[in-house]
Amino acid sequence: MNAAAPVVLEVKDLHAYLYTRWGVVRAVDGVSFVLREGETLGLVGESGCGKTMTGLSVLRLLPEPAGRIVRGQVLLQGEDLVTKSEAEMRRVRGRRISMILQDPQTSLNPVFTIGDQLVEALRMLYADAAPALSHRAEEALRSVKVAAPEQRMRAYPHQMSGGMKQRVVGAIAVAGEPRVLIADEPTTALDVTIQLQYLTLLKEIQARTRLAMLFITHDFGIVARMCDRVAVMYAGRIVESGPTRALFRAPRHPYTEALMASVPRMEASVERLPSIEGQPPPLHDLPVGCRFAPRCRYVEDRCRREYPPTLPVGPAHEAACWRVEPSPPSR
Amino acid sequence: MARVEERIDVGFGPSPAAELSARPRPRGDLARLPWASFFIIVVLVLVAVLAPLIAPHSPTEQSLPDKLRPPAWQEGGSTKHLLGTDVLGRDVLSRIIYGARVSLIVAAAALLAGGGVGLMVGIVSGYLGGRVDSFLMRVVDATLTFPTILIALLLAVSLGQGLQTIAIAITVLIWARFARVVRGEVLAVKTRDFVALARVHGCSHLRIMAIHIVPNVLNTFMVLLTLHIGFVIIVEASLSFLGAGIPPPTPSWGQMVADGRSHIASAWWLSVVPGGAIVLVVLAFNLFGDWLRDWLDPRLRQV
Repeated sequence: MNAAAPVVLEVKDLHAYLYTRWGVVRAVDGVSFVLREGETLGLVGESGCGKTMTGLSVLRLLPEPAGRIVRGQVLLQGEDLVTKSEAEMRRVRGRRISMILQDPQTSLNPVFTIGDQLVEALRMLYADAAPALSHRAEEALRSVKVAAPEQRMRAYPHQMSGGMKQRVVGAIAVAGEPRVLIADEPTTALDVTIQLQYLTLLKEIQARTRLAMLFITHDFGIVARMCDRVAVMYAGRIVESGPTRALFRAPRHPYTEALMASVPRMEASVERLPSIEGQPPPLHDLPVGCRFAPRCRYVEDRCRREYPPTLPVGPAHEAACWRVEPSPPSR
Repeated sequence: MARVEERIDVGFGPSPAAELSARPRPRGDLARLPWASFFIIVVLVLVAVLAPLIAPHSPTEQSLPDKLRPPAWQEGGSTKHLLGTDVLGRDVLSRIIYGARVSLIVAAAALLAGGGVGLMVGIVSGYLGGRVDSFLMRVVDATLTFPTILIALLLAVSLGQGLQTIAIAITVLIWARFARVVRGEVLAVKTRDFVALARVHGCSHLRIMAIHIVPNVLNTFMVLLTLHIGFVIIVEASLSFLGAGIPPPTPSWGQMVADGRSHIASAWWLSVVPGGAIVLVVLAFNLFGDWLRDWLDPRLRQV
């Protein structure tokens, strides 16, 4: 994706903590990234590293009352969302930023028909009369390739398959023509064959509307297929980010490297897949230095004392590790 | 490529149009309606509404020469008093008919008020959670610890006898049961993703409660409502039985059971007929509630 496309979403040094009875969970601890129009940024990392929390803090929908954005900025087309009032945020949600969640089984309200739910969602966006709204709803279903939309409008969620439901969820998400779509593992609950169709569909919608996508996943196969750039998250921070190809070809952070090594490959048959020893640190009790240090095979003394700075390692490629040799950003 | 994508839907079974139209219409399936209980409920409502038209006698008119007549099919009975007469010569059938009114009015009033309060408290408590929830649920716990009849007696005695008193007493007792069950249901519903997605889409909390939460707990609420009709009728009857209910000349089933107690050996019908009416009506409402639960559940409806 060309670097000249306008920036739609910029997250700057975002800190979002959860205040629980066990202590302060630093789920998002200094995350920064940029999302350009028509671009897909993959946010990868293992469970509990703060990927979903990052997505939710962008929408200011952290779990209440525990979650709070402590510091940082979320700039949507230049406007800071962190300082907006709840009423202002309601006008941002759905219209300018939207989201798809993992589980299509619970993403739709079981007691309403598909048509009613689409109309309800559209009613919040357009001041149309009922017939116009249901016409729009049918159009929305058609745009996500649901066959026979007139019949599907009258179906209840339990009468549809998971893939179909997820497409309806997608239709609702993009109905307000948002500029940013946060997709939180949208294909994890789908069959592999359906996954591919769904990803293709998202790509098509993106090509049509030029929306920017933040794609949260832990599946490198999907990242390779979907994303222009990748940000690897570990224990609340982005440890490495860069163009997908560059990052896959030459991972610079030991964590990325270890993750890549543990992806099974078709070419080579191995007895046992390499895995990363140990557990990620608990987010309410983080080590002082580099958070990956306890599991890193290149660990030095300095890693345990001080968190490494994020340095450029290639064109639009950055990593936070003491071992990387900073290269001048050659653009 | 585009051609392949257009056919995405094929993977989901036969043509969706055929599939959907072949299914029974979602709300049209009344085949398993429990006809017996439905019939009893309809008759009860009709009898209560039309009481002055169908009762053969006045429910309060005394006729001492006719006292303690047995039902028509027993020796000494007559068709003039189909279900016999009581100690004061009042027609038992007419008293049962008018008694149905009392039972239904009390049940309707108490359930509307108590159920409504319970539904609101349950939704707010479950959805908001936190301190509001803790506070409201402690109030519910406190309410539920009172022994039903004792507190109803207390209220009835302190507010004075009468129809409103009983309705108020039962409302005070019953709202907590609704609140607790509804809250539990809300806790389950609110964690589902469609609630989060509604927020993502810009819904306010109030709108989510009204549009997404209420319809999802309505099934449970309706079932609770029907199942509690029986309970309310029994509480009303118990209170009247204990003498704290409807003041004497007005007929009430519970009171009739109580009055007949001392004559149970010689005039069984005085207690058995109103007692049987209570059993029948409570059973009918409970069976109807069970059926309603199954029917309202969109997932069970088509099995």
